[in-house]
Amino acid sequence: MIIMLLTKEEKDMLAGKHGNAVKSSMNILVSLGEIFGAKRLIDVSSVQIAGVSYHNLGEAGLEYLSDLAKDGKVRVLTTLNPAGMDMENWKNLGISPEFAEKQTRVIDAFKRMGVITTCTCTPYFIGNLPHFGEHVAWSESSAVAYANSVLGLKTNREGGPSALASALTGKTPEFGMHLDENRQAQMIVDVKAKLATVPDFGALGYAIGKKIGKKIPLIRGVDKASVEQLKSFCASIATYGGTALFHMEGITPDKTAVPQDSITISDEDIEKAKKDLNDADEVDLVAIGCPHLSLKEVGEVAHMLKGKKVRKETWLCVARPIKRIADQMGYTKMIEDSGAKFACDTCMAVAPLKGRFRGLATDSAKGCFYGRGSNAFKTKFMALPELIEEATR
Amino acid sequence: MKAKVILEGRRVASGRAEGEALVSSEGISFYGGVDPETGKVVEKGHPLEGKSVTGKVVVFPTGKGSTVGSYTLYRMRKVGTAPAAIINKEIETIIAVGAIISGIPCVDRIEIEKIKTGDKVVVDGDAGKVEVKS
Repeated sequence: MIIMLLTKEEKDMLAGKHGNAVKSSMNILVSLGEIFGAKRLIDVSSVQIAGVSYHNLGEAGLEYLSDLAKDGKVRVLTTLNPAGMDMENWKNLGISPEFAEKQTRVIDAFKRMGVITTCTCTPYFIGNLPHFGEHVAWSESSAVAYANSVLGLKTNREGGPSALASALTGKTPEFGMHLDENRQAQMIVDVKAKLATVPDFGALGYAIGKKIGKKIPLIRGVDKASVEQLKSFCASIATYGGTALFHMEGITPDKTAVPQDSITISDEDIEKAKKDLNDADEVDLVAIGCPHLSLKEVGEVAHMLKGKKVRKETWLCVARPIKRIADQMGYTKMIEDSGAKFACDTCMAVAPLKGRFRGLATDSAKGCFYGRGSNAFKTKFMALPELIEEATR
Repeated sequence: MKAKVILEGRRVASGRAEGEALVSSEGISFYGGVDPETGKVVEKGHPLEGKSVTGKVVVFPTGKGSTVGSYTLYRMRKVGTAPAAIINKEIETIIAVGAIISGIPCVDRIEIEKIKTGDKVVVDGDAGKVEVKS
């Protein structure tokens, strides 16, 4: 028996009148709604799907996607998370033809459903950018934190299948982050530390996440933050803490009640975070772009690398549309002339790199976590100018 | 005369199944923690390491790990290595979605301490009930 209130159309969808893919998607959404106490389904205007790398999906995921693609079509703008390889330039990045064949089949299944197959963890940089207050169904923990906090969208942390179910129906159950009462801050975080670089914000996310876990913080004392710094912060706090939302006084748009409890983050906390993320003596891979680089970052790297040669494998992880603009601006030539490589559609966290490298240098706190966990790397955590120094030394 | 106990919980994924209970005191990550080809638990140091979940009513507190675990359950159902049913203390989305898309009966909010490995268990996913025949 279903307790949730469904419209006539929703009942028809659940009964299979709109096809099998819609039926099984509605089954997922209604079941989740029942489990988590949703009263109804609501419309979403945008979806971001994780679970794209064949490395993570395996044959199981590919089969699931192929089954849904038989009659499934997305009803709202839907974009994809990074894949396990650069979809065009995979050979140059050392990916096997067997893996490439499987990964291509995954992307083709999404394409048959009408999903926009540019693969990026920063959908907001490439045109999946709803307006303040809209309900969406996004997966990818860094994008979820960015959506809820920086953009003021409303989304739960979706998994791959539930996000896809929302794409194929245009619906999500109304619970959790979709309700304002669940979006209020639970802990004040007073930041009494100097923050200047992207890694400083990554370290801040690490320090806060380790201290308060999944609690929603109201962060005070951060005077200004660039889009790039916020992107790094979102990835880090979501990885090390698990929150889907934070409030940052003067920077994020949502209103919140002010909680009672507070903690302080000092310069020592930031230093400790940086120390924790540094355990590599030797580096054989320099990778930036976790989350994917902004256009501004690509331009900065291009100018830093101009006229130099890299001596270590160096990857810039970006969304393909950003690379296209870099081509147009001459950035790509400056970067590739140095020997550095673009890794479009993918990143160091989802590509199958285990055993190929030992020491990763990056400016991403999240990148350190996945480099260590998925790929068994040791890591060096540093800002962009030092990374270029490391790469060219 | 053997005792029969009815435990009441909550429906997660519909369907009815009967089987032998395999109980774990720790959470299970189906992605990485279970080999979908053999059905065996492969997570190092896990209480069920080396044991097969295939055809069993698997009983554990809650799911853990990557959301890809939902797809692993789907794969196991297709190749015939899936559990007969799943009983959790508290469900989370990975197991819930995995059970739903794979058609594996699943209930939660069950006093799992009352179930022992080897018990004969009937899971009614629609009613959210478990019958234990020890």
